[in-house]
Amino acid sequence: MKRRVVITGIGVVSPIGIGMEEFWNAIKEGKNGVDYITRFDTEGYSTKIAAEVKGFKPEDYMDKKEAKRMDRFTQFAVAASRLAVEDSQLNLDLINKNRFGVVIGSGVGGLSTLEEQHEKLLKKGPKRISPFFIPMMISNMAAGQIAILLGAKGPNETVVSACASSTNAIGDSFKIIQRGDADIIVTGGAEAAITPLALAGFSSMKALSTNNDNPKIASRPFDKNRDGFVMGEGSAILILEELNHALNRGAKIYGEIVGYGMTCDAYHITAPAENGEGAARAMKSALDDAGIEPNMIDYINAHGTSTPYNDKFETAAIKEVFKDYAYKLKVSSTKSMTGHLLGAAGGLEGAVCALTVYHDFIPPTINYNTKDEECDLDYVPNKGIEQKVIYAMSNSLGFGGHNASIIIKKYV
Amino acid sequence: MVFEKLKKIIAEQLEVEEDEIKMESSFQDDLDADSLDVVELIMAIEDEFDLEIPDEEAEKIKTVKDAVEYIQNNMK
Repeated sequence: MKRRVVITGIGVVSPIGIGMEEFWNAIKEGKNGVDYITRFDTEGYSTKIAAEVKGFKPEDYMDKKEAKRMDRFTQFAVAASRLAVEDSQLNLDLINKNRFGVVIGSGVGGLSTLEEQHEKLLKKGPKRISPFFIPMMISNMAAGQIAILLGAKGPNETVVSACASSTNAIGDSFKIIQRGDADIIVTGGAEAAITPLALAGFSSMKALSTNNDNPKIASRPFDKNRDGFVMGEGSAILILEELNHALNRGAKIYGEIVGYGMTCDAYHITAPAENGEGAARAMKSALDDAGIEPNMIDYINAHGTSTPYNDKFETAAIKEVFKDYAYKLKVSSTKSMTGHLLGAAGGLEGAVCALTVYHDFIPPTINYNTKDEECDLDYVPNKGIEQKVIYAMSNSLGFGGHNASIIIKKYV
Repeated sequence: MVFEKLKKIIAEQLEVEEDEIKMESSFQDDLDADSLDVVELIMAIEDEFDLEIPDEEAEKIKTVKDAVEYIQNNMK
């Protein structure tokens, strides 16, 4: 019999709340995290809006000197990990640290550090580059710093698959525990890419919403008038634990991870494959891994970025997998509230799915006003629903054609 | 004067209280700096005192006193 893997802790640093409870309450209320960018002057940029994390003080979670040596994405990850460990009530002195791992996803890593240091290079020359530049910038440093903080000496890696990164991280962690290489893994994602260079780059791709006059309705997944995604930032961390390990210490269990699938489109660098065929295969693969029928899924937390292509093809992919049942299941995109956390999106949405099966509450897609004939499923418009949820699926699809799906089951 | 100015830089770079910083303090042994912290501290000293400290000289600076003496002997 396969080892079972459950979620026993959740830590969140998000644009709509810091800490699991504040975040979940915001999700239930349909809170909107999008506003004008405050971190730098957006004069000359076609997009001036994003979902920034507000009121985050790194020194509340870590030593001030340590915080200075971390890029913002790592600060988010360390803070969220601390919150997740607290929530799990794990006693770090009582666990086997060699079987305690960390797997984190990040799309771009320490981009703001890279930009600052490059400016220094151009202005002051190579001798003024900080010795902390490389260790602050590299994408794997969040996983490294979390391990130092928690003394986690087991499996440790970083997954980089663009916007699928942290669903891959959660799925990989699930498999590492299932096959017996670790008992506890701190997993999820972290991203802090609301920077001048990234904003300009995503703008050049025409990927971002330019709804600068109405930031509150800019992120509107599946709505006919959607015009691109809104960047978000933050970190969401889950504590995954082998079931008996969790039971033996009387841990609170949010849900069980039962299926993971990943595929690649092998089609185009940024555009999804026709009809979302790669995404459909990822969902099927996760269902097969879980050993369940499509009609057992109650809720899908969609990738739902609010770009014209993603939402159309993801809808087609869901219909391909679920056939007529697609119209009966609930599908929502919480990016309507949080913006798109890129490499951290899967972590945050994995947390949403865990909380959905734990609380029997399905979050809404806010800003949904105009029906699109190509997006014709039940997107839980504007108001969440109290409904029993046994199986929830989380989809993440990334540039490069990466597709990842996980399935979380209510633990009873 | 050099010591007072240096104290401020060290306090800021290494996140320590100014009154913890003594002439005899070793950066790594007493002020909890690692080797990368020291490299960055030397850069800050170069900026603040308008100096260029060659690597082989920088490697010899291990205490606050070493830094004060180097600065006093090399200030432009």
